[in-house]
This record gives sequence, C-alpha cells and structure tokens, in this order.
Amino acid sequence: MSARTLLDKIWDAHLVRAETAATPAMLYIDLHLVHEVTSPQAFTELRERGLKVRRPERTLATFDHSTPTLPPDANGRRPYATAEAESQVAQLEANAREFGVELQGWGSAHRGIVHVIGPELGATQPGMTIVCGDSHTSTHGAFGALAFGIGTTEVGHVLATQCLLQRKPKSLAITVSGKPGTGVTAKDLILHIIGTIGVNGGTGHVIEYRGPAIEALSMEERMTVCNMSIEAGARAGLIAPDATTFAYLKGRPRAPQGAAWDAAVAAWRTLKSDADARFDREVRIDASQIRPSVTYGTHPGMVTTLDAPVPAAANAQEKRALEYMRVEAGKPLAGTPVDIVFLGSCTNSRLSDLRAAANLLRGRRVAARVRMLVVPGSEQIKRDAEKEGLHDVFRSAGAEWREAGCSMCLGMNGDIGKPGQLVVSTSNRNFEGRQGPGVRTVLASPLVAAASAIAGCVADPREFLTEAAA
Amino acid sequence: MKPLTQIHSRTAVLAHENIDTDRIIPARFLTTTQRSGLGRALFHDWRYRADGSPDPDFALNRPAAAGCEILVGGRNFGCGSSREHAPWALLDYGFRAVLSSEIADIFRGNALKNGLLAVVLSEAEHRWLLEHPGIELTIDVAGGFIELPDGGRFTFELEPFARHCLLSGVDQLGFLLQHAADITRFEEARKAA
Repeated sequence: MSARTLLDKIWDAHLVRAETAATPAMLYIDLHLVHEVTSPQAFTELRERGLKVRRPERTLATFDHSTPTLPPDANGRRPYATAEAESQVAQLEANAREFGVELQGWGSAHRGIVHVIGPELGATQPGMTIVCGDSHTSTHGAFGALAFGIGTTEVGHVLATQCLLQRKPKSLAITVSGKPGTGVTAKDLILHIIGTIGVNGGTGHVIEYRGPAIEALSMEERMTVCNMSIEAGARAGLIAPDATTFAYLKGRPRAPQGAAWDAAVAAWRTLKSDADARFDREVRIDASQIRPSVTYGTHPGMVTTLDAPVPAAANAQEKRALEYMRVEAGKPLAGTPVDIVFLGSCTNSRLSDLRAAANLLRGRRVAARVRMLVVPGSEQIKRDAEKEGLHDVFRSAGAEWREAGCSMCLGMNGDIGKPGQLVVSTSNRNFEGRQGPGVRTVLASPLVAAASAIAGCVADPREFLTEAAA
Repeated sequence: MKPLTQIHSRTAVLAHENIDTDRIIPARFLTTTQRSGLGRALFHDWRYRADGSPDPDFALNRPAAAGCEILVGGRNFGCGSSREHAPWALLDYGFRAVLSSEIADIFRGNALKNGLLAVVLSEAEHRWLLEHPGIELTIDVAGGFIELPDGGRFTFELEPFARHCLLSGVDQLGFLLQHAADITRFEEARKAA
C-alpha cells in the first residue's frame, strides 16, 4: 500500500461504502456527541419517521450552551435567561430518556462543555471518527481522532444510522518547529496560524499539526490548537497520538482498561502519517517567532501581537471592522481600556488555563472598572480547581466564579456584554455581536486575559511574568 | 423537500466578506426547538436598529430587495458555527439560493441538505454579480448554469449526490437507511476483528 496520511488511515478504517462519482462515502461514526441546541429538530425527525437511535452506546449527550452559569436559587430554580432556554434543556432530557441516550445532565458529576467532557471521560480516543452538531468538534482531533462539526440534519443521520455521507477532504500539513518564548501559549500559536493562513485558509481541508513544537504540547494545549481549526475554515484538525496522549487517557472512565488498554495503545501507535506520505498542501511555522497575540478586528484572522501597531485596513471590510472595534491603525492594541474579561469556552476553560490565569491573579486585584467572569469547562474542572483553591484566588482578586458552560463565548445563556463594551475573551470567535449586540471582542490567551484584568486595559502578560520570576 | 430545478429571480447583494453564521442568525435565537419561523431573526442585528425599527440602509430592507430569492454574498459566506438555523432562516425568509466565490464547508452542506442552493462561482463572475445588484438571473440546477439577462452563462459545479437530491426532492437519510445491511456488515466485521 502506498504511503498514507493519518487522515487517510482513519478515513479508510471507517468506510462502510467507498465514494463513487455519483455518491459520497458512507463513513461510520464511532462517537456522537449531542447538545441541546442542535439536536431537538433531529430527534423530532426520528420520532416522525418512527426511527430509533441505532447505537445509543456510541451517543453521549450533555447541555452547555443555553444553561445558566449562576447557581440555582434557594428553591432549586436555575436562573435561565428565557423560558425557551429552559424548555430546550428539558427537551434534551426528555429526548435522552425516550431514545435511551446517556445524558450528563444536572446532577451529573461530568456535565460540561461537550468538547471538554468527551476527553475528560476518555470517550474521545485516537483513531475514532467523532461528530457533534457543533463546529468546535475539531477539538477532539488533538487525540488523533477525525472529529468535525455537522448540522442538525446530519445529527439525525448519525442518530438513525451511525453513518454520514461525506466526500473526502483534502489534507493540509502545518509543521511547527522552534521553541516558543515566555508568555507564548497554545492560544497564541493557533491565533498566529489563523492570522498566517487566513480564515478561509483551511476550507475543504483537514489540518494535521505536526513537528517538534506540537509534540511538546500537553493534551490541553493540543486541544486549544485543534479547537480553532474551524476558525481557519478547516472542519477538522489532527495531531498524531503519542505518549502524551496515552498518559492523558489512561485510567479515564471510558478509556479501555487492563489488557484492552495495552491492545488499544498498540493499535494507536500506528496512527501517524507515514514518513513519505504526501499532503495536498504544506505550511511551516516557526514558533520561536511568535509573541503574545490578540485579535483586533471582527474575524479571527485579524491577528496582531500585543506590542505591534494594529495594521492598516487593507480593504473596506477591514476598515469597517476597525471602526466597529474602535481601534486605530498604527497604534498597538495594548493599553486599550477593557470592560469585561471572560476566561472560559471550549478553547480555554481547562484546569491548566485556570491555573495559568490564577498564577497571575494570585495576590493581585482585577482593576476596579473591569468585570471578570471565570467559567470552568466542566463540573469536574470546577471541582478540581476548587480543590486547589483556584476559586479563592479568583474571588479574592474580584472575579466571578461561575458554573460550567459555554457562557459568554456565544452569549446564548444571557451572559453577554453591553453595546460598546470591550471584552478580552479566551474564546474562539470575535464576530460582530457574538458576545452581545455591539460588543467588541478581543480574543486572547488566559495569560493575556488575566494580565488585562489586572491592568484594566489590554496588557502583555510578560510584564507580570517577569515580576513573578523576580 | 420539494424538488428544486430552476430559480428565476432578481438578486439581493450583501458584499461583506466572511459573513458568519452568527451574523446570519444571532445565537440568542437558537433556543428554539423548531425549524420553522426563523426568517424573522435572519440578519437580525443588521436588519434592525437598537430601538427595534428596520434599518433603511440595510440592503435587504430596501424596496428593491423585496421578493428576491437569490442572495449574492461576499467571499467566505457562512463561516463560523455549524448552526443549521442559518440556512433555515434564509429559506424561511424566502431565499432559495446563495451565490459566492467561496462558501464555508459546514454551511454549504447544511444548505444543500435543506434545499437551499449554495453555489460557488469564479472570482470574476462573483465580482460581476456583486457589482450588479438586482439583476435577473435564472439558475438551472440540472444544467449547472446561471443565465444572465443578455443570454450569457456562468457555469457551476455541484456535488453530484447533492444535485440529485435537490432535483428529485429526496433527502439523504433515505439513502443511508437503504444501506442498513452495509452498516450491519461493517459493525460485525469490526467486532470479529
């Protein structure tokens, strides 16, 4: 057999029917993650057609988007933003019961952002095909799984048949070498990559991130990188599994145990692109050249470093973006006053993200004019963080410590800013109005977010890191 | 789904690049559990001013755009979230086709599965359409071409299976269910391995 990429290997292993000129491939799906927003119409379709969920054991549901991040009141009532949001969550509870799907719901120790709990439970495993009605399904590619977002019609397809009709995407290798400097995180790396290849640079492709700088990343950092593949237009990102991956998964509730574990690891070791495999496109990135980065416009490709002047608008769209953001070309973004800092989302809400921000905030205060929301990615992360006392660090600094969920990343649950407010956000999208009508979003790492919270303006974390070291 | 063979309409143009699905339908409208009635939320924060009144400067609020079934959008249309509410909202509003020089993968797949024709044209053809808002077009799905008022044609490619489904008004789930035996065979072969 000729040399194959990791994408080829996973693709070939899941072909129920190969593609022909007339029909796409029928691809078998190993794990289907389900949440409340993109599933109700699919369950309705199944009900109307008299269909069952073909493989309930390959289906895992939770709610995260419409859920409040404030705790229930004294009567146990949760403060939903609207009655419709509450009924959407109730609908998923009812659908899960009716169709026999496992739900990590209220009261479960593992509820949380769908892309956080899959890995946390060990449900996400190398070599799998994973889908969810959510574009950030690309996150799971960090484990060497082919994972991509789908629409609600396709959610119905997978529920009913465990299969999807797909044309094979092209492959794009992004090779990252070099050692990143102080204060440069996985978030800065992926922002730099999107800024380099553009928001449509990955359209039609699956990105495989490779090279020494990728191998050096922890699993949580790899998830941050793969998570934002969609922001470059790619449906999926992939990183070949290695010892770091196996160490992360070992002992997790849904990971194989005992002899099955050894067999699984042996199989997973073969999941890498062959040395002479050819990619449709290749891009090289030098991580040593990356500095702490932020977005300054209204799409995730408008990226600059904190210390560099904001680039001049190249066209009418960019001019409009700068006006919306009230940002001036030629001046650095650092120093711009901040109203809200949001630490959370499937990009950056894991324990290491919370620790990184807490390390900067320990013994310091969030600036008086700034509101800071800290929203852990899952119930598990919340518990783990509280065990370490991170919640005390955040609260003592003046930040709000919230319940797990998507929260302000997309503001579906009512966690939004006011028109004109500027949010430094560790999430993934800075679209106009994403965090509330008229709200201006600056995407950044947890370190930049914490530094900005303390300074009251967009700030370079390196100043604080140097102080801490001294 | 009704078969979609031909669309004859004037165009409405939104030239902005990277029109994301949050722009097409903001997240706060996604708490619905239905597919219907989302047209009211289409481009909501562009269409309406803060006081709730329609913004007369927004292209779709101009009288010339009334009844247009073809939307010409700027490059990289439909990027961002996978929400199928975006094509549902476009369809409910009255659009039947979206044309651009580049359309984001997930949006394009979602659109075609709902009978919303999503067509990618060359940059030159796209630029010409952006510069001629309100022009009458006839889109022929089977022939894979767009006819201009002067008889000129832009040809386009469509994934053959998606085209088949559009033309015959069938959905893809039926095809998958027909191959249930293949799925069972695959599952059993794996168990045996």
